[in-house]
Amino acid sequence: MTDDKPGSVLGAGSAEGGSPNETAGSPSSAGGTGGDGRSAPQPTAPAATKGGGLRLDVRLTGLFAVLVLLCVVGYLTRPDAFLTEGNLSTILRLAAAIGVVSVGMTFVITTAGIDLSVGSMVALASVWMTTVATQSYGVGVMVLCALLVGLGAGLVNGLLIAYGRVVPFIATLAMMVAARGLAERISGRQTQVIRETAFLDFFRGSFLGIPVLVWMFLLVFAAGWVLLNRTTFGRRTFAVGGNPEAARLAGINVKRHVAMVYGLAGLCCGIAAIMVAARTTSGASTNGLYYELDAIAAVVIGGTLLTGGRGSLLGTLIGVLIFTVLSNIFTLNNLETDIQNIAKGVIIVVAVLLQYRTMNHPRTT
Amino acid sequence: MSRQPLFARRRFLLGGTALGAGVVLSACTSNDVAQEAPQNVNVGAGDNAEPGPEVTIGFSAPAADHGWMAAMTAYARSQAEAFEDVTFTATEGTNDSSQQIAQIETLINDGVDVLVILPHDGAQLTSVGQQAMDAGIPVVNVDRVFDSPLAYRCWIGGDNYRMGVNAGDYIAEQMREQGKDDPVIAEVAGIDSLPLTQERSQGFADALARHGFEVSHRVAAEFTVESGERQTSNLLQSASSLDALWNHDDDQGIGVLAAIENAGRDEFIMVGGAGSLDMMDRIESGESVVKATVLYSPSMCASAISLARLLGQAKGLGDMAEHEIPASITTYSAVVTSDNVAEYRDVGFAS
Repeated sequence: MTDDKPGSVLGAGSAEGGSPNETAGSPSSAGGTGGDGRSAPQPTAPAATKGGGLRLDVRLTGLFAVLVLLCVVGYLTRPDAFLTEGNLSTILRLAAAIGVVSVGMTFVITTAGIDLSVGSMVALASVWMTTVATQSYGVGVMVLCALLVGLGAGLVNGLLIAYGRVVPFIATLAMMVAARGLAERISGRQTQVIRETAFLDFFRGSFLGIPVLVWMFLLVFAAGWVLLNRTTFGRRTFAVGGNPEAARLAGINVKRHVAMVYGLAGLCCGIAAIMVAARTTSGASTNGLYYELDAIAAVVIGGTLLTGGRGSLLGTLIGVLIFTVLSNIFTLNNLETDIQNIAKGVIIVVAVLLQYRTMNHPRTT
Repeated sequence: MSRQPLFARRRFLLGGTALGAGVVLSACTSNDVAQEAPQNVNVGAGDNAEPGPEVTIGFSAPAADHGWMAAMTAYARSQAEAFEDVTFTATEGTNDSSQQIAQIETLINDGVDVLVILPHDGAQLTSVGQQAMDAGIPVVNVDRVFDSPLAYRCWIGGDNYRMGVNAGDYIAEQMREQGKDDPVIAEVAGIDSLPLTQERSQGFADALARHGFEVSHRVAAEFTVESGERQTSNLLQSASSLDALWNHDDDQGIGVLAAIENAGRDEFIMVGGAGSLDMMDRIESGESVVKATVLYSPSMCASAISLARLLGQAKGLGDMAEHEIPASITTYSAVVTSDNVAEYRDVGFAS
């Protein structure tokens, strides 16, 4: 990250209230192609701010079309099974945990970072919350434990990256290896079955006919959306990702913000760990395997730029749903997983190509 | 500057909270549950059970990264402890073939009498097996077979194909008993790219075909609880009604059962694979959809230690006419049902 001195931030503190409005707009249009975007942000600022918001902008329509197309294929191939209440609920339930992880990942990638450790943090939190000792304290402590472990691991990432100046790829790679190692150490590589029935009854239950896991996902998504698009925190996230130096000059404590964003990603992993533990009725060091890849894929096809400065949670949501629906359709049609992986790869490439086209289009006209 | 003390206080509070959270969390890592080490399954009888010449057995296995593999190492250790004439030297389990080779070379240099090797990758460790044999140290190769018979004196392992066959036969028999001529049969496999998964599935399909049945829904999980839950959730949506389901692996079976429970389904019978204590509990209770599990028991590792000891003492197997230990032993994939589960508890493992 950049070289900002904590002292200077204190001094510029009063400017914070006004400046983010400007900085919020600039990175979201600057992210695309290097230099020219950076010089022309001011006039487009209001439109760009909206672009990350509620309006289903051009970039997302292509992605949404892919999802609709998949659903049509699902319905045509299995009209008896695809659109049933049970199946839709299954799709959402399976999308929930990876969806929550992807919300955190969207924040991280928007700051031009990456978090490879999300899967391992899910494993660690799910193991830690299901040890015999944690379970003996009851459901409240189990939940708190998962959240604290996730937040703690995420903050370690954040501090290493922001203050230790370790590249995000390396810092989170280290956490990916170490957190899973610790999870294996704590669990003794055994599957820890949850005996605390209050936990299972609540998190495996339903509210108004919709699984609690899906409610949790919706809540996290809504909270994430508000945080990213309607608060100073969100504007700073865009600003830091678009141009950290400009963000620093605008009075943002870039280091602290980056650390908090990784902490947020860790917290999301803690929530996801609760969801995975509820789904599988157990904690295991193999939980959350390859979540980092699934989450990055969902975020990237959702239109968040790996170079930072632009992020769309709605796109991430559609991205997660596309992959979940895809594997559902493959199972419904009794197809093998190898074909599924090929299809996954094709979708990633097509979605990203589509985005580049639709993204460049408005600029040229 | 006037904000400084405020920050100091906030920092102190934050630090205190973090410290407190750390203390609370560290109290939560304790996992002391009465973990019974597997008892030695059978130390033999007659002359062979009598203490003989001292034997030093070197043991090398992959990392114990799942319940079954952990049980393999635990069985080897407890079996060795049961013999007073055996000195057991085990290396730290590793999934890195070059590291495992180095460990085995160390054991060879240490001059152990017999080696028991469960290779992470049979092909890659063939040369070091042969190196040991050339040095005059007999090698007992467990489960994952070396490429060349020159690399081992005796191989003992499980039978993946017969696991599938026995699961298929059991399910077919149950379907006949229930009078179902055209049953809907599902299969939750393990990692599809592994030969062991392919052999299990082949055996299952072959056995069902013999009875005129076939697998109508099949998914492949990854031997993890989570993948088992995910794949089975989708599978159950695909088949609105099932008659039977075979799950290849009891470790992932916890997830498979979580999915079944979540979908509120109980119209079918389920058969497990490998033989975990958890599944045996469910079979015994009779209330679960799990009616049987097909063994691929880690107790083979205990037998490998017994074989290694007899090799070191130049003895044969008691009940066989041959003077020597056989070159190859395949364990049987027995079907554990509520009728015989009590007898098989001693070879179950904690998943």
